[in-house]
Amino acid sequence: MIIKQLSVFLENKAGRLTELTGILGRAGINMTALSIADTSEFGIIRTVVSDPEKALQILKEHNFSVSLTDVVCLTTPNKPGALARALEILSVEGISIEYMYAFSIGEEAFIIMKTEDINRTIQVLKENDMHLVKAAELNNK
Amino acid sequence: MIWNEKFETMPGEEMRKWQGEKLREMIERIYYNVPFYRRKLQELNILPEDIEGIDDLARLPFTTKEDLRDNYPYNLFAVPMSEIIRIHASSGTTGKPTVVGYTRRDIAHWSEVVARILTSAGVERDDYIHVAYGYGLFTGGLGIHYGSEKVGATVIPISAGNTKKQLQLMEDLGSTVLACTPSYALYLAETIDELNIERDRLKLRIGIFGAEPWTDSMRKKVEERLNIKAIDIYGLSEIIGPGVASECEYQEGLHINEDHFIPEIIDPETLEVLPPGERGELVFTTVTKEGLPLLRYRTGDLSRLIYEKCRCGRTLVRMEKCLGRSDDMLIIRGVNIFPSQIESILLEMGETEPHYRLVVDRENNLDILEVQVEVGDQFFSDEIKKLEQLTAKIRRNIESTLGISVKVKLVEPKTFERYEGKTLRVIDRRKLD
Repeated sequence: MIIKQLSVFLENKAGRLTELTGILGRAGINMTALSIADTSEFGIIRTVVSDPEKALQILKEHNFSVSLTDVVCLTTPNKPGALARALEILSVEGISIEYMYAFSIGEEAFIIMKTEDINRTIQVLKENDMHLVKAAELNNK
Repeated sequence: MIWNEKFETMPGEEMRKWQGEKLREMIERIYYNVPFYRRKLQELNILPEDIEGIDDLARLPFTTKEDLRDNYPYNLFAVPMSEIIRIHASSGTTGKPTVVGYTRRDIAHWSEVVARILTSAGVERDDYIHVAYGYGLFTGGLGIHYGSEKVGATVIPISAGNTKKQLQLMEDLGSTVLACTPSYALYLAETIDELNIERDRLKLRIGIFGAEPWTDSMRKKVEERLNIKAIDIYGLSEIIGPGVASECEYQEGLHINEDHFIPEIIDPETLEVLPPGERGELVFTTVTKEGLPLLRYRTGDLSRLIYEKCRCGRTLVRMEKCLGRSDDMLIIRGVNIFPSQIESILLEMGETEPHYRLVVDRENNLDILEVQVEVGDQFFSDEIKKLEQLTAKIRRNIESTLGISVKVKLVEPKTFERYEGKTLRVIDRRKLD
């Protein structure tokens, strides 16, 4: 259930994101989800890709600071209150979320999150009948 | 092992006598052959026959890099050009290059002093010396090359650049000694990690590193990563190139080949010779040089001299590892800062790559120092919080050591080029006004 998310350090410089996406595109790597966290000096790209190991390798060759991070992807109905219900479960268990990003397609919403303890997060969510998505499923959406 | 027992273990009094004689001969040569020096000596009312011994050195005029530039290219040479068999030029770290020339005897002396420093580093006939200093006008490559041949070791004149191929050849040819700049050594170590080359496949045991200032923490890092003994050597083209001074196995200061290059330490402001053991600007007089003899040449390098006899048995005076040049020194809001201090802090923290650049600017009449540091893969966290903590920690460490406030910026890996040459560590935008 763990998804290997690609995390990349980027300086705030014009054209850097274009370069990154270009490299991945030419390597035939698809990005399913992407978010950018930014500060005044730098940004961090977090993205779920079709082939994380290959992407890691290629970006290293291009001198990017890059790592793979364990995240989990939760799916809920695309309805008011659904996310709140899911987060409530984690909150009750005292699991804090480092960061998350989400998107929805039709009836479904997808929430990618990094928590302080990914294995426990998976366990707790499963116990509460929440539906988790595997990397392969996400890539086929 | 000691290459030249006679000079390297010569008792102090005897050395001073030798230096005095050589100085007298030198003054005679430059008085009659170099108009620049004759004029300077005449201004001070000094005639060659006034020089009785080494104690007269302090009365003599200095030579500066500026003098070399003013006399560009050949006007300070003390022999006809037909006697000059080789030209080199300084790497021009600060400004325009300076040209130096060697007679056949100078080249022989140069090979001799380099043979001494290689031997003191532990190099023997059986070694394979991978010379990754640049060959060409830079004295590093050819200087080490000739000394290595004199020792009788096997020289691999690989020169600089094409790092992957270098590593392949280093493995195939069984190089045991690596001679290059310390920053290139670190770059090689990084490339070894990147290519997942097992260290056992390399036979390296000694590193001969010089041509730029580097700290003891950087030495530790290079020694650990390459699993070698890293020896610091010192030299500059104006004096001869590599071979002026070098550490021995004990790594407690660099033995100066003082039978050829007489050192002094002066106060860079008052130009007075400082009492033994005090730190100041290093000055050399090249008493045996024929092509380009220099009288009291101000190196701009800061060091101090150690007179106690070394455990290795050499009596040659030692200089402390040179950590900065007076012209590398930055004055930020009145505080003197050497780039090497920042390097030490980063290396001691061990949480970033030791690759950095200092950018100095002036905003509203206030100096701003920005320290840019590369974030390596192993230190990269995808949480903003942790990267901000790292930035804050670097800032705190620098501020508490240097006593000035700085701005720290994390930059992508390999932002700063590190090749065979000297890494550009400082960009001072204040000077562009």
